[in-house]
Amino acid sequence: MENRIKTLFEQKPQGLLSVYFTAGYPNLEDTVPIILELEKNGVDLIEVGMPFSDPLADGPTIQQSSEIALRNGMTIPKLFEQLKDIRQYTQIPLVLMGYLNPVMQYGVERFCQKAKEIGIDGIILPDLPLSDYVREYKALFEQNNLSKIFLITPQTPEQRIREIDSHTNGFVYMVSSASVTGSTNGKAVVNTGYFERVGQMGLRNPGMIGFGIHNRDTFSQACNHARGAIIGSAFIKALAQEGSLEQNIQTFIQRIKQEV
Amino acid sequence: MINYNVDENGFYGKFGGAYIPEMLYPNVEELRQNYLKIMAEPEFQEELQTLLKDYVGRPTPLYFAKRLSEKYNTNIYLKREDLNHTGAHKINNTVGQVLMAKRLGKKRIIAETGAGQHGVATATVCALMGLECIVYMGEVDIQRQAPNVARMKMLGATVVPATSGSKTLKDATNEAIRDWINNPEDTYYIIGSVVGPHPYPDMVARFQSVISEEIKVQLKEKTGSENPDYVVACVGGGSNAAGAFYHYLDTPEVKLVAVEAAGLGVGSGESAATSVLGREGIIHGSRTLLMQTDDGQVTEPYSISAGLDYPGVGPLHAHLHQSGRAIFESITDDEALQAVLELTRLEGIIPALESAHALAALGRIGAKPDEVIVVNLSGRGDKDLTTYLDRFELHGK
Repeated sequence: MENRIKTLFEQKPQGLLSVYFTAGYPNLEDTVPIILELEKNGVDLIEVGMPFSDPLADGPTIQQSSEIALRNGMTIPKLFEQLKDIRQYTQIPLVLMGYLNPVMQYGVERFCQKAKEIGIDGIILPDLPLSDYVREYKALFEQNNLSKIFLITPQTPEQRIREIDSHTNGFVYMVSSASVTGSTNGKAVVNTGYFERVGQMGLRNPGMIGFGIHNRDTFSQACNHARGAIIGSAFIKALAQEGSLEQNIQTFIQRIKQEV
Repeated sequence: MINYNVDENGFYGKFGGAYIPEMLYPNVEELRQNYLKIMAEPEFQEELQTLLKDYVGRPTPLYFAKRLSEKYNTNIYLKREDLNHTGAHKINNTVGQVLMAKRLGKKRIIAETGAGQHGVATATVCALMGLECIVYMGEVDIQRQAPNVARMKMLGATVVPATSGSKTLKDATNEAIRDWINNPEDTYYIIGSVVGPHPYPDMVARFQSVISEEIKVQLKEKTGSENPDYVVACVGGGSNAAGAFYHYLDTPEVKLVAVEAAGLGVGSGESAATSVLGREGIIHGSRTLLMQTDDGQVTEPYSISAGLDYPGVGPLHAHLHQSGRAIFESITDDEALQAVLELTRLEGIIPALESAHALAALGRIGAKPDEVIVVNLSGRGDKDLTTYLDRFELHGK
């Protein structure tokens, strides 16, 4: 069947909202309820984080949620077990995001097969280098109908952006500014020069802006420069609020989507 | 013949590479494209050699340890890296890398540190060059290596505690990498060991290779042969071992002994003996041997020695282990402490806890009376005096 990420971008031109959360946080069994609640509130795409002990590209919020998720007992086999029937309940595009080492220990081939079996649409592994992907894994990902999504940053040279664009499908993950995840210093939204530069390159893939997107303002500004934006740390903080999971998710997403 | 040097893709056998998020790619790529070129420039070499000689105090002596030799009934030479400025081999690398940073036009220097020796060595060269210096150090290590924290502050560096995970070297390295992600334009990351993404392991090994370069010349003067039977060095990430082994890698008759920290014992669950407890994985941008759970989560290591308290090992050492080129030993906290006292009382030299692990392996080697062992005495024990006084119950004596 058609990859759901591809279908999504064909059907919805603008203002796409993608939300990241760490599987196993706040509680081990929250994974499926969070996915279903996000869909109910009109989120377009979901990135399910596979927690890692040493998340190099993440700020304190995702570090802490990962630590708690691991303490709760989250593992890749556990996550696959939780998601095994997910396609009976939702057709929202699902991306698994994590670091290479746990996937490598699980076995990359087995991981891709299992992801396909469940109905996962894309994979983000920030520390899997493009060269290794192209040499060793690209065929495997494509066979299993998985989009391998790569990050670019304001410092990525044009030639490399084109190279990444040529080897990827799904979308290009535009890291908003030089930072780890969860930075709210405002650099994210003023980086219009970079967004425009990438916008004018005429890439094959749509762009989504992430890192530092944390409220309605930053979300809507990002949407002016790309097909949509990704929220992670801010959503994880919202999950930690008092109140039910459903309420917290509803309040947070409604606030983001207001008048966009 | 097996190649022990890094290949064009940054691998030692199957270990190494650059497994880094895209945010680090431009910086690491800039370094990869330039490091060999810059190191080959005559002006760079002249500046480096002058600093090594006049500022660091090289060459360091190769000392025949007579009483220690008698004890083990063999011939033991100590390569006195503890006599370098700042008290350890670490400065060989920081002098080189700070010159590299200057050539690349960087204004701000960051570093990670375990025992604090690399942090001090980095803070020192930054003071020398007038560069801003930020050192990440695990909260646990800040406590147990207080004298080095004081030295870094005195030198004008900012010491930032790493409070995640085991609050030791691994976590300090994570924080330094995050800083580099946040500051991609003006910042240079001086990694202190032969770890991290390519080209760091190779570059650091090259800057440390001065150790074995000197051993060859000095040993020839003393014994008539530039080759000992054994070279022994401790391994955390493995920079002093890489330097001591470097010019002997392709000389198989010289046996290389890499000594890891067993902590409370390799089977105790409180250990840092990566070659025994680790399997292939990825840490800090490098494919190497790694202590980890079945699910690929990094295990928190333990050693009394902050400099060896690391769950991975440089990719060169993973390759030396796998190919059988080096012999790996692991030494417990207690054995290392015993070796501290032994060297102190036999030779009047107080070694660092890290280096004491190498010394403690002397009893394991079984060298013959006519054989020659070189132990790389990577650092001095000033930073560990509180631990020593506690453990040897010398307070108030």
